[in-house]
Amino acid sequence: MIDDCLVGVDLSVTIGSLRLKNPLIAASGCFGYGVEYADVVDLSTLGAIVSKGLFLAEREGHPAPRIVETPAGMLNAIGLQGIGARRFVDEKLPELRARGATVIVNVCGTTLDEYVDVSRVVSDAEGVAAIELNISCPNIKEGGIQFGCSLNGTFDVVSAVRKATRLPVIPKLTPNVTDVASFARAAEEAGADAVSLVNTFLAMVIDVETRRPKISNVVGGLSGPAIRPIAVRMVYECRQTVKIPILGMGGIADARDAVEFLIAGADAVQIGTANFVDPFIWNKLLAGIREYLERHRIARVADLVGTVDAGERAVGPKGPALQT
Amino acid sequence: MPIDVPARVIANRRLSDDYNVLTLDAPAIAAASLPGQFVMLKPGIGFDPLLRRPFSVFAVLRDSTNAAIAITILSKRIGPSTRLIYDARPGHRVECLGPLGRPFTLVQPPSQAWMIAGGVGLAPFATLAEGLRARGVKTTLFYGARRAAELFYLDAFRELDVDLVLTTEDGSAGEHGRVVAPLDRRLAALDAASPVMLYACGPEGMLAATARTAMKHGRPCQVSVERIMGCGLGGCYSCVVPMRGDAGERHNVRSCLAGPVLPADRVIWD
Repeated sequence: MIDDCLVGVDLSVTIGSLRLKNPLIAASGCFGYGVEYADVVDLSTLGAIVSKGLFLAEREGHPAPRIVETPAGMLNAIGLQGIGARRFVDEKLPELRARGATVIVNVCGTTLDEYVDVSRVVSDAEGVAAIELNISCPNIKEGGIQFGCSLNGTFDVVSAVRKATRLPVIPKLTPNVTDVASFARAAEEAGADAVSLVNTFLAMVIDVETRRPKISNVVGGLSGPAIRPIAVRMVYECRQTVKIPILGMGGIADARDAVEFLIAGADAVQIGTANFVDPFIWNKLLAGIREYLERHRIARVADLVGTVDAGERAVGPKGPALQT
Repeated sequence: MPIDVPARVIANRRLSDDYNVLTLDAPAIAAASLPGQFVMLKPGIGFDPLLRRPFSVFAVLRDSTNAAIAITILSKRIGPSTRLIYDARPGHRVECLGPLGRPFTLVQPPSQAWMIAGGVGLAPFATLAEGLRARGVKTTLFYGARRAAELFYLDAFRELDVDLVLTTEDGSAGEHGRVVAPLDRRLAALDAASPVMLYACGPEGMLAATARTAMKHGRPCQVSVERIMGCGLGGCYSCVVPMRGDAGERHNVRSCLAGPVLPADRVIWD
């Protein structure tokens, strides 16, 4: 009987050549460089952490105010303030390695060459597990989203970085396009090992008394529970379209939300805004996912991925039927 | 190492139509808090408001054995979170993460300490005054508010042997005007050989004016800044303050980690 065999559930997931001990990943831009959180969470217990976005050079980002709250969410335009890839490798990576963190580096660029150069710096360092390609930041003028909003641009960046590194390459896709699945396909065709989605939704908040935008960059990226149903839909669409693994994110605030993304087709999930609200969320999420799997008699979290029962319209891979 | 507790509201003292003092059952945070540190509070459940808000620890309450048992926070009702804090009732739970941030650096005698507070910027100075008194530091509070009814806890500061210099914008108590005016005069009158450390907290304009006044008189000044803060732990990079580095270069510094207490002469006030 499966009940008797089920002494524990297997929470590990596989993202290309990368094996993560569980599907929970700290999202880029929401976890500093990871070291900031070492006092509140054992970094080695996370599936992985994704660094803040890194260019070759240091960046100061936008002036404050950089965030504003919205209904069930927040708008941000930080402007990718960061210490640059080399300083990250020299100053942050050793501590992350010592703490047993699985480190994915979020690579940014204003040009194709910069994406390649940053990827080389990161690839030459010891202890980086994968590259997440930031082709979707809505808040900077050059680079990023200009690649991520064009199918050719997406293909070109992924191809170029693919040739420059042995690490798994995971482009992070923007939701600010008509058909995100076509971008996932372009990434897959260019040799991506997985895709991350979604980045934030371009949005705006105005102070009606002063008639001024509430953040200095005028527009910013919307995140938090408000965007979750749209993100789930986009993960679902991409799951129907590509075979490579998907790192799903967008407003996950508890274990049920994470499970929803897995069912929609995400192989792992990233947590961003919710970590701001509750930096101790990780153990709660893990316990909740474990409880869900046990209650539904599912032995491996990987067996839950893409198991949404959408009737005849479902195209993707099917896992075991849910037992109730 | 910060901790997070669902702190029970022990008491809610309303000081005016928009100011209140909330007492939270958070002994471990109370015991670890240093003057100038802050907590991140989430007074409601659910997603509206979504994020926590930073508050200075206003007081650490102790029992008869001197063990820390609770903190209080001084709040001014401005938005949804401070409205929830104003309306909180005993028994309610408030998620309380702390203590966080870099505290004040306390001086030793013979240096004096002059604290400059504007409005709700009074918040970090009760614990600072306690710490300074324990060291035997002569302490003065320059405290400005809109009107007499918004000058709070004057007796509590007097009990801590703090000299008070009060100003109100409407002239209903103390000197008519802003708090930096008497500060400037007193600094001008102070013997150059007599050391003094300035500690300031309040609206941005007041902090900038205090920093300029301190520099004019060649006095050191620590400011406690308030910024829109997403996480309090250095994760979000929303609370940055532009500061000058050693070579004069401009850097955006996270006020949650490098601050909230910052050296006033390094902050770029623009």
